[in-house]
Amino acid sequence: MNAIHAVQHALLPLNVAQIRRDFPILERTVRGRPLAYLDNAASSQRPRAVIDAMSHYYEHSHANVHRGVHTLSQEATDLFEGAREKVRRFINARTTKEIVFVRGTTEAINLVAQSYGRPQFGPGDEILISWLEHHANIVPWQLLCQQTGATLKVAPITQTGEVDFDAFAALLSPRTKLVALTHVSNALGTVVPVQRFIAAARARGVPVLLDGAQAVPHLKVDVQSLDCDFYAFSSHKMCGPTGIGVLYGRESLLAAMPPWQGGGDMILAVSFDKTVYNALPYKFEAGTPAIAEAIGLGVAIDYLEALGMDRVAAAEHDLLLYANERLSKVPGLRFVGTAPDKAAVVSFTIDKIHPHDLGTILDHEGVAIRTGHHCAMPVMEFFGLPATARASFAFYNTPAEIDHLVDALHAAREMLG
Amino acid sequence: MDLKDLYRDVIVDHNRHPRNFREIADADRRADGFNPLCGDKLTMFVKLEGDRISDVAFNGSGCAISVASASLLTESIKGRTIPEAETLFRQMHQLLTQDDAPVDVSSLGKLGALSGVREFPARVKCASLCWHTLDAALHQQEQVSTE
Repeated sequence: MNAIHAVQHALLPLNVAQIRRDFPILERTVRGRPLAYLDNAASSQRPRAVIDAMSHYYEHSHANVHRGVHTLSQEATDLFEGAREKVRRFINARTTKEIVFVRGTTEAINLVAQSYGRPQFGPGDEILISWLEHHANIVPWQLLCQQTGATLKVAPITQTGEVDFDAFAALLSPRTKLVALTHVSNALGTVVPVQRFIAAARARGVPVLLDGAQAVPHLKVDVQSLDCDFYAFSSHKMCGPTGIGVLYGRESLLAAMPPWQGGGDMILAVSFDKTVYNALPYKFEAGTPAIAEAIGLGVAIDYLEALGMDRVAAAEHDLLLYANERLSKVPGLRFVGTAPDKAAVVSFTIDKIHPHDLGTILDHEGVAIRTGHHCAMPVMEFFGLPATARASFAFYNTPAEIDHLVDALHAAREMLG
Repeated sequence: MDLKDLYRDVIVDHNRHPRNFREIADADRRADGFNPLCGDKLTMFVKLEGDRISDVAFNGSGCAISVASASLLTESIKGRTIPEAETLFRQMHQLLTQDDAPVDVSSLGKLGALSGVREFPARVKCASLCWHTLDAALHQQEQVSTE
């Protein structure tokens, strides 16, 4: 963060009390206690503007897109394509041809594996990932390896939970056909310095896919300055609806890739002899899309842009520092993942208390955290743990909610420690 | 529903000091159990004399409910026959999953302490993992998963 931004943050912190009023769910109680929702890395909550936009669409404008000449179809198409343009601007893609709507990060990665990888990878080819990956950035590649005979290579991580760059660079070889790397670790919060990894891969002509599911909600992402080839993310982790996400792909790569699924909307002309596929990005969007969800995602982007991603990142960083300070004083608490650059995610264990018990006891205090392996079992295995507890913060969380978490941890220690 | 219904004193005690928490090197039957949701892993060891369970033990790692449940299981089936253990398995399954289970809780002894678990649906698999694993051991399957 440069000095000018620091000054802006000092002048214009987020008004969290006001922001919280935008999120109806934050007013509810759980088991008689105010809800402290600290499971944002699993899924964030939605502001009223997103919920209202989806309702308004269904009440006023719903019809199928790209099909009819009637008014509603045109309105729905304009709203849907308007959302695509908002996504393009948000991540600074060159053109909306590079913005493919999918169900989420998982589907985006599967699309790349099956459409980019499957036709051209074979025995001897290698796909390079890291030990830090979410299962969604492991299993699609394992499937692809089974299908093509390619080999999966895994760059190790360090005790702090950072990807070992030297080991990664040593694994890059003429056989490497694709690098698939997380931008921010969901299990530990590590922000991977991806520019360095991308530069190393591109120097060898290896394309790079980034799993941005945890990054897009928390930091400014610019796919052109990153210079990555594919970027995948989900709407529901960035205050938008479930059921929709985005695959950004470099236009030249997407253009050369065959369709992944066949059906309506992805064609220009169909006969039994020959089918002509639609242009980008529609070639990859078979069937009626998640229209209301795309519109909701567009409004979530409006909301985040109005707050300013710099200020969102700064607010979350402040929460992370406060959480680290408070949690470090809880007896028996061990942090898992201590990289210097982290998103607002704190993974931890407490002596003699299994994370699953912590989750239940905290829930009784109104505190929602994630416990388990966080869909990153290799990360757990690396640290020799069956599971961790994970508190993950969004810009609408408060220091008081972190105090609430710490009080609940003391209650858990009293009960089971 | 009170948290104390889940973490009763008996359960807290058996979690802190699990009974029969060891390996039986010359076990006649053994099976591994795994709960992928929370990462609980345990191995059950059974020693038989005819169809009587002469010794039973477990090791592994898990949450308080799964460890206490396994500990209580070993205490309650040692010395019983395989059919008796199977009957107990059915009763525990009902106790953990049915509100109106036709089970006399007082007949279950300390195992009755697990009756509060059914109020916490997310935790039922923790309590039942050891029983499914025992069942697999007795039927000579090697691995069981609650998913």
